Amino acid sequence: MKHLISVLVENKFGTLNRVAAMFSARGFNLESISIGETEDPEVSRMTIVTRGEDRIISQVLKQLNRLVDTIKVTDLTHQPHVERELLLMSLKLSKSTQHEIFELSNVFKGKVVDIKQKSITIEVIGSPDKINTAIDMFRPFGIRELARSGAVAIHRGDS
Amino acid sequence: MHQPGQKLNGSEIFFECLRREHVDYIFGYPGGSLLKVYETLHDVEDIKHILVRHEQGATHMAEGYARATGRPGVVLVTSGPGATNTVTGIANAYMDSTPMVVFTGQVPSTLIGNDAFQEADIVGITRPITKHNFLVKDVRDLASTIRKAFYLATTGRPGPVLVDMPKDVLAAECVFEWPESVDIRGFKPTFKCHANQVSKAAKMISKAKRPLLYVGGGVVTAGASEALLKLAAEQQIPVTMTLQGLGAFPGDHPLSMGMLGMHGTFWANQAVSNCDLLIAVGARFDDRVTGKIDTFATQALKIHNDIDPTNVDKNVKVDLPVVGDSKDFVESLLNELPKTKEDRSAWLAEIEAWRRQCPLDYTVEKDSLKTEFVIDEISRQTKGHAVIVTDVGQHQMWTSQYYKFTEPRSIVTSGGLGTMGFGLPATIGAAFGVTDRPVITICGDGGLMMNIQELVTAVYHKLPIKIFLMNNSYLGMVRQWQELFHKEKYSFTDLEASNPDFVKVAEAFGCRATSADNPEAARKAISDALAYNDGPMLVDFRVVRKDMVFPMVPAGGSISDMLLARLNPKTMV
Repeated sequence: MKHLISVLVENKFGTLNRVAAMFSARGFNLESISIGETEDPEVSRMTIVTRGEDRIISQVLKQLNRLVDTIKVTDLTHQPHVERELLLMSLKLSKSTQHEIFELSNVFKGKVVDIKQKSITIEVIGSPDKINTAIDMFRPFGIRELARSGAVAIHRGDS
Repeated sequence: MHQPGQKLNGSEIFFECLRREHVDYIFGYPGGSLLKVYETLHDVEDIKHILVRHEQGATHMAEGYARATGRPGVVLVTSGPGATNTVTGIANAYMDSTPMVVFTGQVPSTLIGNDAFQEADIVGITRPITKHNFLVKDVRDLASTIRKAFYLATTGRPGPVLVDMPKDVLAAECVFEWPESVDIRGFKPTFKCHANQVSKAAKMISKAKRPLLYVGGGVVTAGASEALLKLAAEQQIPVTMTLQGLGAFPGDHPLSMGMLGMHGTFWANQAVSNCDLLIAVGARFDDRVTGKIDTFATQALKIHNDIDPTNVDKNVKVDLPVVGDSKDFVESLLNELPKTKEDRSAWLAEIEAWRRQCPLDYTVEKDSLKTEFVIDEISRQTKGHAVIVTDVGQHQMWTSQYYKFTEPRSIVTSGGLGTMGFGLPATIGAAFGVTDRPVITICGDGGLMMNIQELVTAVYHKLPIKIFLMNNSYLGMVRQWQELFHKEKYSFTDLEASNPDFVKVAEAFGCRATSADNPEAARKAISDALAYNDGPMLVDFRVVRKDMVFPMVPAGGSISDMLLARLNPKTMV
């Protein structure tokens, strides 16, 4: 099954490479990986989406922990958490589709971030499932380009 | 010796750090990026630099030194090709969890990334084969990085750590400061085993009718041998060892069952297949040990103690994991467990019956020489008291079967990676560290040729090592598989037409050498070599060419189902 893993790492060059290389060297699935600085500039947070049966996931977590540059590894999958992904998608635009695109964008609480005569770029934020649905729904209009950030996630609540 | 607070350049700091880490030997080779270091080294007297003839040799020497002494091996090489030549040795140390610190020179930091002369991204290249590695970009970080490197290499599950040092960093100056302690927030190995898990293990052991200890290199690393001996004796539990675990338990003890796995003893593998409790200590359920996983120790509950949690449940699902130091584990068990009241004599008798059913055996003929005999004879003449370094292949497996290792740190061998060419340089490294016991290579003709240049190093330093060459002029283990499983197509394994005269080669290097092709001559050559201590001595044992290592579990087969002798290949599927 799908797992969402949050990893605090040392904010040093090569850390992302160490993590990504470990996944490929051990044959683990790596669906998405995102990384950014935290409130502490010496620490970055990685959010990793991976798939595997329990035995594999337990190895993934242990191998992540084993890397010297990882500070804390948390499997958020079964814990209260908020998960978000950003989608930027450029669509073909014509007079006949304009209205429908705007309407659909509203359904997904999307934002128009760029518009030209023949193209429109929309930003959608949500869970990866929501992003998948949005992509499916917009596909008939003709997707010119799209970019996904990969999931970022954080614990919900006080703990 | 400089004191903290003094202004020093990077190269001076480098040696100050090594002093504080109690380094006595560096295995190295100079080059452009390291000129400053070698300039400083010229006046260093308390740290001995051993000049190798190939950087791979340096890494294997460092590993031989580390395995024989328990102290980290230190390597110093230049950038680019110097660094890339260390890759095999680093990978070898990583697979066998050997503490080692490799220092590489690097092009000036301003040139990094420019495809400069002798530039290689050695930090990138060695990321997956080091425990950790560092590129030092500022001389002010050099001392703390070296401190961390030694700490990481030697703490928890040991392993190789690489420190890449650009040329300008080695020349730049700063005030030398030595951090008294190390704190790496992402590296906190668990030493103390969880008390609940130990209690559960103790209960499982006291209930077991047919328990078996399966011990690996972790026992040697942790220094748990003495406690293990006590545990096995008090509880009457037989002990089988992995290749790296040989010597962790005395091979001549009645409870010792020798090695298990692919070329393990028949009785050890039968015991694994029939035990009701398997207690793995500092071992990692390697595929060479387990054979086919589905049929491995199916009747047993399994306890697994390892300091590295990633080893637990990696290959084999266990019933009770106990993460922590193996010495702590065994000693905690000793505290928990009263002397056993279980009568385990029936179990031990069963094992004894297997031992008698298929003992390790070979024939001796007057005018031909078998490797098994030579190794048996080495074991007899040294009384199992030597440091034995092997290369990789048939001779290595025969060594595991016929040499009776009686104490820890007696075998130095390339287990995980299986690196041919390891033997000779690792022997040299071991001989710098160990001077009170004979240090012996048992190697083959294929492997010896892979790092034969290091004979120079042994001769120059007059190291009294014994190079016992089991020369069958074949890549014997590959040949064995070709015969058994590949239709007797002996592709590129016959070296007879191309091998040199090893006695002459050795003599050209200035090494004393002789040969032997029958048991009587072999016996004499071994005793002569053991008596000669003015330098290295090579004995070219002209052994029978087509001998095979048995018993054997074919790759992917079940360990309960061993080949006990040569089968007619034509009857095989």
